Amino acid sequence: MKEEDKWTEVITPRRGLFDIKLEELWRYRDLIAIFIKRDFVAIYKQTVLGPLWLFLQPIFTSLVFFFVFTKVARLPTDGIPPILFYMSGITMWTYFSDCFVKTSNVFVSNAHIFGKVYFPRLATPLSIVMSNLLKLLIQLTLLLIFMIGFYSSGKLSVYPNWTLVLLPFLICLMALLGLGMGIIFSSLTTKYRDLAFLIQFGIQLLMYSTPVIYPLSSTGGKLRTALTLNPLTGILETFRYSLFGQGVFDPMLLLYCLGFTFVTLFFGIIIFNQVDRSFMDTV
Amino acid sequence: MSRTVIKVENLYKQYRLGQVSTGTLAHDINRWWHQMRGLEDPYEKITTLNNRTDGDESEYVWALQNINFEVKQGEVLGIIGKNGAGKSTLLKLLSKVTSPTKGSIKVNGRVASLLEVGTGFHKELTGRENVFLNGAILGMTKVEINRKFDEIVAFSGIGKYIDTPVKRYSSGMYVRLAFAVAAHLDPEIMIIDEVLAVGDIEFQKKCLGKMKDVSEGGRTVLFVSHNMAAVKTLCTRAILMNNGTIFKEGDTSHLIDEYIHINNNFSENGIIARNAQRIHQTGEAFFEKVQVIDKANEPVSIMGFKSTVQILAEIHVEKEISDAIFAFSILNSNNDKIVFTEFPENSFKHIMLQPGRHRIKFVIPVQMNPGTYYISPNVMKSSGESIDYLENVYKFEVTKDATEGSHHYRWNISHGNVYGSAQNLSIDKIS
Repeated sequence: MKEEDKWTEVITPRRGLFDIKLEELWRYRDLIAIFIKRDFVAIYKQTVLGPLWLFLQPIFTSLVFFFVFTKVARLPTDGIPPILFYMSGITMWTYFSDCFVKTSNVFVSNAHIFGKVYFPRLATPLSIVMSNLLKLLIQLTLLLIFMIGFYSSGKLSVYPNWTLVLLPFLICLMALLGLGMGIIFSSLTTKYRDLAFLIQFGIQLLMYSTPVIYPLSSTGGKLRTALTLNPLTGILETFRYSLFGQGVFDPMLLLYCLGFTFVTLFFGIIIFNQVDRSFMDTV
Repeated sequence: MSRTVIKVENLYKQYRLGQVSTGTLAHDINRWWHQMRGLEDPYEKITTLNNRTDGDESEYVWALQNINFEVKQGEVLGIIGKNGAGKSTLLKLLSKVTSPTKGSIKVNGRVASLLEVGTGFHKELTGRENVFLNGAILGMTKVEINRKFDEIVAFSGIGKYIDTPVKRYSSGMYVRLAFAVAAHLDPEIMIIDEVLAVGDIEFQKKCLGKMKDVSEGGRTVLFVSHNMAAVKTLCTRAILMNNGTIFKEGDTSHLIDEYIHINNNFSENGIIARNAQRIHQTGEAFFEKVQVIDKANEPVSIMGFKSTVQILAEIHVEKEISDAIFAFSILNSNNDKIVFTEFPENSFKHIMLQPGRHRIKFVIPVQMNPGTYYISPNVMKSSGESIDYLENVYKFEVTKDATEGSHHYRWNISHGNVYGSAQNLSIDKIS
């Protein structure tokens, strides 16, 4: 009879705030791997160019930015060749925005799966962040190829420096920040779809308030202070500094960014963990 | 004595009716405010019993109320009840898709739930990729799937199509592959919802056989179905649900009789009340009477073996219907559809119904085997939407004695039940 008291699982209405089952997530690691593969493979099915689009996207966007912001608007690029400046900015920014936007509607777009079977819901946003990471690594390689091209033609006089070792750290920060913000929004959009509209326009606003198409050094005064409040500013500026030795490198800015990311992620996971139990009733 | 693997205690589930809108935010804030002060949920008190036909105005309903039961290891438990009784909600709670409002479920062992087959299938991916994807979603590891892969493919009968994107599959192939993955799950407790209603007869038999193997292998199974024959063959014990509560618990065949009994609206004379429970209605027309009649136009409830079935129905039409189609089914005591008839048979013709009362009379030229039968009438629009559709409104019995003057008619077999074309059809406006 004693044996009956040992339950492997007890389902109750509410779950503790910090009852996050990480070991369960680990058990489902194969699922995460398969989700990553699915996201990566399915997008390029039935396209002629296939994964080549991964290269074409940043090149096209950089060209457009080059014409609009350098030729027409004449924005400075910190002495970095404009194409490289934009490409580095876009590559990093796209990673963040993909992580954020795609995780922000994870409940709504996966409702048909979540409504039928249980698995740790965090597996889905995690797999999104990781499949985008794969994309980012490929696009960083492209950036590297472009840089080598510029060096060999003698058009580049700025060089990477020791801060390049921070690159994995910067990528992690972006991933976690995108994930944290994304899951907060995804938890809230299950009931109130209004936020989905807010994101569409918010992400654009965020891009213009991040030094993607302009260097932080071109700003000053109050505007500059305001921009440094954006945690992404530190990441992008450090990234450019490490690649080209140009830009603002401020450890305090990175520390702020680290703090911001962890607070966001912490609240994100807690909210997500509460919502994922009952969202099927409200989605 | 085998041990208890599932224990459900005082389980409740509340749902909110209507749409989520600005009002929801106000309720949420009010609820949060009560919770903060340690008070009870203010909306719990106004929650009503789950009865869909009730004209109750309350915004909240109990989809499940005070559910208590236990399942022992190795038991195959059937959960039956009509649509809306709370079966699916219960399965959702058991499979952790959503959480209960009150109460608890205690589980001992690895649970796999199959609320549908092919969850997460991606149409652009190949059959092979989807087997891994679906398997992982259902909780299998890559190693497990690899080990069972050949078996899954063999069971599905997909063969060389395995490396083709599933969007190129026929719906039958798709479903067979999906079921094959599910059938090779290896959990201690399995929760299954109606998934047998897929594929052709042959594949259904294969599925049923597989399920029987599973249950005989000492696995605990919870099985929800409207297919009483399947419940009867598979389940050792059953739970009958009604309006979100457990109506009765016990021996399967006993409960199936009970289910039929609570699931029908029949009265002795075949008169259908306006407030009788409907499967679907639009309010444009109501069946008022459905009877089986004899040659003297008198209702009969007992008839001889080999007699043909003559049906009389009266329908009250509120609003002119230009494209009516009538469909009548005769169901047996397992709730299986035995005979089906539809008119007009030519799908390009429709019946025009003026407002008022109409009398419909026709003969279904089939000979019934001895047993108890029920009639379900349905009047639809040409789009297929039911204007008025009821279950089991008239009960009649066929005895073993053949009556005189019985005729021999040809049976048209289609989809497992008999299609009988209506003969001597007449539709008259009577008021």
